[in-house]
Amino acid sequence: MDKPFDNRAWLLVLPVLAFVLFSALLPMMTVVNYSVQDTMGANNFFWNGDAWFREVLNPATEMGARFQGALMRNLAFSFVALLIEVPLGVGIALCLPRGGWSVGPILVVLALPMLIPWNVVGTMWQIFARADIGLFGAALTGMGLHYNDTQEPISAWSTIVVIDVWHWTSLVVLLSYAGLRAISDAYYQAARIDAASRWAIFVNIELPKLRKVLVIAILLRFMQTFMIYTEPFVVTGGGPGNATTFLSIDLVKIALGQVDLGVAAAMSLAYNLITITLCWIFYTIMTQQDRRGAA
Amino acid sequence: MARITLDHVAHSYLRGAGASADYALKPIDHVWRQGRAYALLGPSGCGKTTLLNIISGLVIPSEGRLLFDDRDVTRLRTEQRNIAQVFQFPVIYDTMTVAENLAFPLRNRGVDRAAVKARVAEIAELLDLTKVLDRPARGLTADAKQKISLGRGLVRPDVAAVLFDEPLTVIDPALKWELRSKLKAVHRALDVLMIYVTHDQIEALTFADEVVVMKDGRVLQIASPAELFERPEHTFVGYFIGSPGMNFVEAEVDGARARVAGQTLTLAGRYARPPAGSSVRLGFRPDHATLGAAGDLSVSVEKIEDLGRRRLARVRLGQQRIFATVPDEVSFDGDAARLTINPERLYVYVDDERRPAEAA
Repeated sequence: MDKPFDNRAWLLVLPVLAFVLFSALLPMMTVVNYSVQDTMGANNFFWNGDAWFREVLNPATEMGARFQGALMRNLAFSFVALLIEVPLGVGIALCLPRGGWSVGPILVVLALPMLIPWNVVGTMWQIFARADIGLFGAALTGMGLHYNDTQEPISAWSTIVVIDVWHWTSLVVLLSYAGLRAISDAYYQAARIDAASRWAIFVNIELPKLRKVLVIAILLRFMQTFMIYTEPFVVTGGGPGNATTFLSIDLVKIALGQVDLGVAAAMSLAYNLITITLCWIFYTIMTQQDRRGAA
Repeated sequence: MARITLDHVAHSYLRGAGASADYALKPIDHVWRQGRAYALLGPSGCGKTTLLNIISGLVIPSEGRLLFDDRDVTRLRTEQRNIAQVFQFPVIYDTMTVAENLAFPLRNRGVDRAAVKARVAEIAELLDLTKVLDRPARGLTADAKQKISLGRGLVRPDVAAVLFDEPLTVIDPALKWELRSKLKAVHRALDVLMIYVTHDQIEALTFADEVVVMKDGRVLQIASPAELFERPEHTFVGYFIGSPGMNFVEAEVDGARARVAGQTLTLAGRYARPPAGSSVRLGFRPDHATLGAAGDLSVSVEKIEDLGRRRLARVRLGQQRIFATVPDEVSFDGDAARLTINPERLYVYVDDERRPAEAA
């Protein structure tokens, strides 16, 4: 059969093209635009080439040092958060009942934190963590711990981590639970016949079958923790000092606080590329392993 | 291990089951003997898998006792019984090689490495898996995976019985035959009790020494394939085994005579008058009913199908449709014909159960 050929079909693509242009491409291009220009104010811009990028990516400069510091803090934060959330989420999913009336209520309760908006979570925890009137802060202080999330770097750091764990472990739980439920009973029955221990069942049956959902869970959690903004903004304001100044916090400080648009634009492009690259590397490694196994 | 005894075993998945309909498996007494191959045959949901799971210990029966020789194992845990089971879908451990998969049940039971290695090699040889022993198990085809599942069952030298739960479901049709003959070979080589669940009569009849036909949780007949074909104890067995199944026609039976669709037929033996209100039917295989110019009953021919090896006719006897064999030399002009039924192969069924003839 001959395919009808008509260039007017391109017109049908136009609405989507226009939408993507306005929603993604044009805003992105303004950032690109800022990143290669400088201004002395009064809306006079002049060409600055790749100078901003050189500055941001060179740790010897002030901006470069700031960027590198925030990047390292952010990577450490993502790493710690994932290290807690993924095993904890899988662990909780393993403890959930496989069926019965209790599954519904339990899943709803587990999902509740995820339904709360970021700034509300931040505000809740800001109060919750206060040493004078907050239950969490008062309880820790009452136990004799030296806890103060606005003055103590370690307290501030762990508070942000705890908030993220509280807010998002449920996502890992739900994904893992779905993955576990998809495992056919025959695997467990075969394992019983083979006299496999609980640990052997986990390592040889459950974990391999969970791989695909865990790839999704880890990707989602990595992207979200790497772009974390609201919680430190509301709870610690990036402090004390710059202990919880993660990339997005620093970016906003530079762009909107100091109105250093050129540096901020270069920094956000670098930030964007790092996120995409890390996700791509991670995804490729996970899926390649899959393909090698199937071959 | 010599035998497995089911002593009045029954199971219901409901708690406090009372009515007979609540039972997925109705009381059954049977002795499975060492070295024999059995098939559990019946339609989906007839309780075959429940019975299998009771033997392997995955399900604890709500009534009755299960004996291995003379030892009561009813409440013994699966891993403590010497039972191997192969499931409908191949179960393999994705992270391991074929050799590690085969070694897994032995390792878990603390067998020393040298013994494991020797036994794995022996079983791999038996199942033609030697060439792929070092490959990761998850890359293999469904039939190879099913062989691994089987191998994991056989690798334990003390295994009392190997249970199969429709193991060929996901196997490519071309490979089914091969895998089935492999099972037969393994059975001969290891002299082990095998119980094979299937809803496919050909699988059951070719694999087993004895077939257990089940329906709605009840065992209808336990017999050799030939016996099932020649002398079904229940109308369902007659209908389920054979293609096409047995013919059943409603009749009135009195002594050695039966009246079918207004015609009289002489039976081989005498039968007591069945109780009033019971359903009485005569059963005979299409293979034992021949069409011809002369015969006992007058029928009208609807259609003759040439199956190559034989010719089969769909005929009408009164209002009832039956199948009969058409001998090669016979041909018909119109649709009227006469039917001869071998009286030795004609049985009387009262309320679906075969009624034996009275002693002469």
